[in-house]
Amino acid sequence: MDSSQLLGITTFTLLFASFLYIGALLFRSSTVGRFATWFTVAALVIQTAGLGLRWVESYKMGIGHAPLTNMYESVVFFAWTIVILYLGIEWKFKTRTIGAFALPLAFLAMAYGSFAPINKGINPLVPALQSNWLLAHVITCFVGYAAFAIAAALGIMYLLKSYFGNDSNAGETSLLPSLKVMDDIIHKSMIFGFIWLSAGIITGAIWANSAWGTYWSWDPKETWSLITWFVYAITLHARYTRGISGKAIAWLSLIGLLAVIFTYYGVNFLLSGLHSYGSG
Amino acid sequence: MQKNNSIWQFFASVKLALVILFLIAVTSIIGTLIPQKEAAEFYITNYGPKAAQIFAVLDIPDMYNSWWFLALLFLLAFNLIICSIERFPGVWKQVTADGLALPAERLQKMTNKISWTTRGSLSEVQNTLTEKLQKKGFKASSRESDGSTILFAQKGHWTRTGVYLVHSSILVIFLGAIIGSLGGYKGFVTIPETQESSRVFLFGGKGIAELDFSVRCNNFKIDFYPNGMPKEYTSSLTVIEQGKEVLTKEIEVNDPLSYRGVTFYQSSYEPYQDFVVTIQAPSGETRTFIVPFQQQESWGEANLKFGVINAKVMGQSIVSSKLWFSDGNESPATIWIDDGAQVNIERQNGTYQVSAKQMYATGLQVAKDPGVWWVYIGCGLMLFGLYVAFFMSHRRIWLLLSHEKDNTHVLLSGSANKNRTGFENHFAELGTFLQSTGNKD
Ligand code: HEM
Repeated sequence: MDSSQLLGITTFTLLFASFLYIGALLFRSSTVGRFATWFTVAALVIQTAGLGLRWVESYKMGIGHAPLTNMYESVVFFAWTIVILYLGIEWKFKTRTIGAFALPLAFLAMAYGSFAPINKGINPLVPALQSNWLLAHVITCFVGYAAFAIAAALGIMYLLKSYFGNDSNAGETSLLPSLKVMDDIIHKSMIFGFIWLSAGIITGAIWANSAWGTYWSWDPKETWSLITWFVYAITLHARYTRGISGKAIAWLSLIGLLAVIFTYYGVNFLLSGLHSYGSG
Repeated sequence: MQKNNSIWQFFASVKLALVILFLIAVTSIIGTLIPQKEAAEFYITNYGPKAAQIFAVLDIPDMYNSWWFLALLFLLAFNLIICSIERFPGVWKQVTADGLALPAERLQKMTNKISWTTRGSLSEVQNTLTEKLQKKGFKASSRESDGSTILFAQKGHWTRTGVYLVHSSILVIFLGAIIGSLGGYKGFVTIPETQESSRVFLFGGKGIAELDFSVRCNNFKIDFYPNGMPKEYTSSLTVIEQGKEVLTKEIEVNDPLSYRGVTFYQSSYEPYQDFVVTIQAPSGETRTFIVPFQQQESWGEANLKFGVINAKVMGQSIVSSKLWFSDGNESPATIWIDDGAQVNIERQNGTYQVSAKQMYATGLQVAKDPGVWWVYIGCGLMLFGLYVAFFMSHRRIWLLLSHEKDNTHVLLSGSANKNRTGFENHFAELGTFLQSTGNKD
C-alpha cells in the first residue's frame, strides 16, 4: 500500500460521504446522517495515514520534506483541513446539514488533485523552498482557505434558504439550520479564517525576508493574498460596525472564496511571479 | 482640530475606511495584471504608445510606489488614527469603569441573574463568597449602600482594547516600512572565491553603497540531489573590518549572514573556467592558487609546478578534475580529484595534500532594512490583537447581598461584551458553585 493509493481511496470515501450527507438532508434521515459522519471520519483517518505515508516515502527517497510543497500536495492538505474543520463544526453546532455543502468541496479538491494534469510526484525541494517558515506559511494559509471555503458553503446554504425557503415554515429548505444560526457560523468561520490568513501572510513575509531580504515585494501572489485579506477585513467591518448581516454577508462569503481561489489557483496559471513553483 | 467639525467627522468614519480598503483592494489588481518595473519600451510594444503614455502619467509601471497608491495607504493610516482618537476614550472608559458604581436597580435588570437565600449574617456570607470568587480567579471589591452590600469582580477588562491593538499594529507595520525605505537599501554583489568586496550595487540604478567593512568569499559549493537537481548552495563568508577577520559564517539560501545591520543572502552564483587549487607542502605550509584551465602554475619556493589538464562536467558544474603535479625530482604525477576533495600525493621529500575545485563567484543579495523589526513587532501585535479581539471577552459579575432576618439574600448578575452564549454557561456554573458554599454553612 502506498500513499497515492490511500489518497485515491480518500477521494472516493469523500464522494460517498458527500452523497450520504446529501441523502440525509433530502430524506431527513438521521441514520443516513450518522453513516455520513462515520464515512467522513474514515476518510479523515485514511487521508491522514496517506499524508503521513507520503512524508515517510519522501524520507525513504532521501529528499525528506513535509507533504506540503507543490500544487497537488496543497490541494490534498486543503481537503484534509476542510474535513477537520467541518467535523469540528458538526460536533460543536450539532448539525449535519452543512456536510451536504462542505464535503463536496473537500471531494472536489481531492478530485482536482487526482485528475487534473498536475505533477503528483514527490519531488526534491530547490534550496529556496527548504524553510520551516515556508511550512508554517503553507499550513496557516490553507487552514484559513479551508475556513473560508466552509463560510462560502454556508453562504450558499444561506442564500438558497433566503431566496427559496421560508425561515419560519417547515418547507423543503427548513431542513437547513435557521438563517440566524447560519449567519452566526458564517461569521465565526470568517473570523477564524481571517486570523489564519493573517498568520499565513505574515509567515510568508518572514520566509521571503529570510530567503531574499525583502518581506514584501508586491508579486502577484502576495498582492492577491492581500486583496483576499482586504475582502474579509471589509466584510468583518461592514458587519461589526455597520450592522450589515444576512444576505449581504452571504454574498461576500462567496466573493471572498472567489478571491481565495484566484489567489491560490488563478495566479499560478494566469499570472507569473515568485510562486510559480506552485504550478508544478 | 475641532472634534465636531465635519472634516474631522469625515476622517473619523468607518464608512470612509470601507471605501479606502475597497479602493486599495481593487487598484492593487492592476499591478498583478500589468507587469511591473519593466523598461519603457516594454509598455509601448505591448500596450501601444497611447496606453504607455497614460501608464507613465499614472506611474502604472511602478504602481505600488506611485504617488496615488501611497496616498491611499496614507489615507488609510490617517483614517485609522482619527477614528481611534475619536473612539478610544469611550472604550477606555469602559475598561476602567468602576463596576461598583452601578446602581442596584441595574443589577436586577440584567439578563444573566440568579438569586438565592442563605443562612448567616451578611458579613459572613460576604466573606465566604469573596473567598469562593477568589478560587475562580475573580478578585472582588465591595461597597456598602443602605443596608446592602455590592460585590463586583471582573476578568479581561483590558481585552476591550484588542481592536485597537490590531489597528495600531497596522500603523506600526507602516512605520517599519517607512523606516526601511528611508534608511535602508537593497542591492547585489558578486564575490569570486578567495576575494573580498566592500561595494554593493544598488537595485534600481541607485548607484553603489560603500560598506565600512568588506566580505570575503572563502568558498562556494553546490550540493546536488541524486537526480542532479541542486539541493543547496553554500558560501563561506568572512567579514573583514579594518584588516581584521571578525566573523565567519556558512550561509545558505534561507540562512543569511548579518553584520552591522547589513544582511547577505545567498542568491546566485557564477561558475568560472578557473580552478582553486590548495596545496599543503610537507613542511606544513599551505597555499591557495587560482589556476586557469590547462595553464601551468607554479609555487616557486617549494619548487612545484602544476595545472589542471582535464575535467569531467555535469551540466554546468565540474565533478572532477585531472591534476598534473611536478616537484622537479620525479616524473610528474597525474591524478583525478573529485571536485572539492583532498588527495595525498607521496613524493620523496614527503606528502603533499592537494585539493582542487572549480572556481565560482557567489552572488549575494544585500539588504539593509532598519525597519524590519518594527514590521515584525507589528505583525506579532496584529496576531495577538486579533486573538484578543475575537476570542477574549470582558466578563463582569456582581453580587448584591441584603439582610433577610437571620439570612442573607444574594443576587448574582453578570454580563460579557462578547461570546454571550459561552458566558451564559460559565455564569450558570459559577452560580451553582457559589450557592453550594452558601448551603454548606
Ligand atoms: C486593514 C485594515 C484594518 C484591519 C485589519 C482592521 C481590523 C479590525 C478588526 C479585526 C476589528 C474587530 C471586528 C470584530 O470584532 O468583528 C475591527 C473593528 C473596527 N475597526 Fe478596523 N481594521 C482595519 C482598518 C480600519 C480602519 C481604517 C478604520 C478606520 C476608521 C477601522 C475602524 C474600526 C472600528 C471603528 C471598529 C469597531 C471597534 C469597536 O467599536 O469595537 N478599521 N477592525
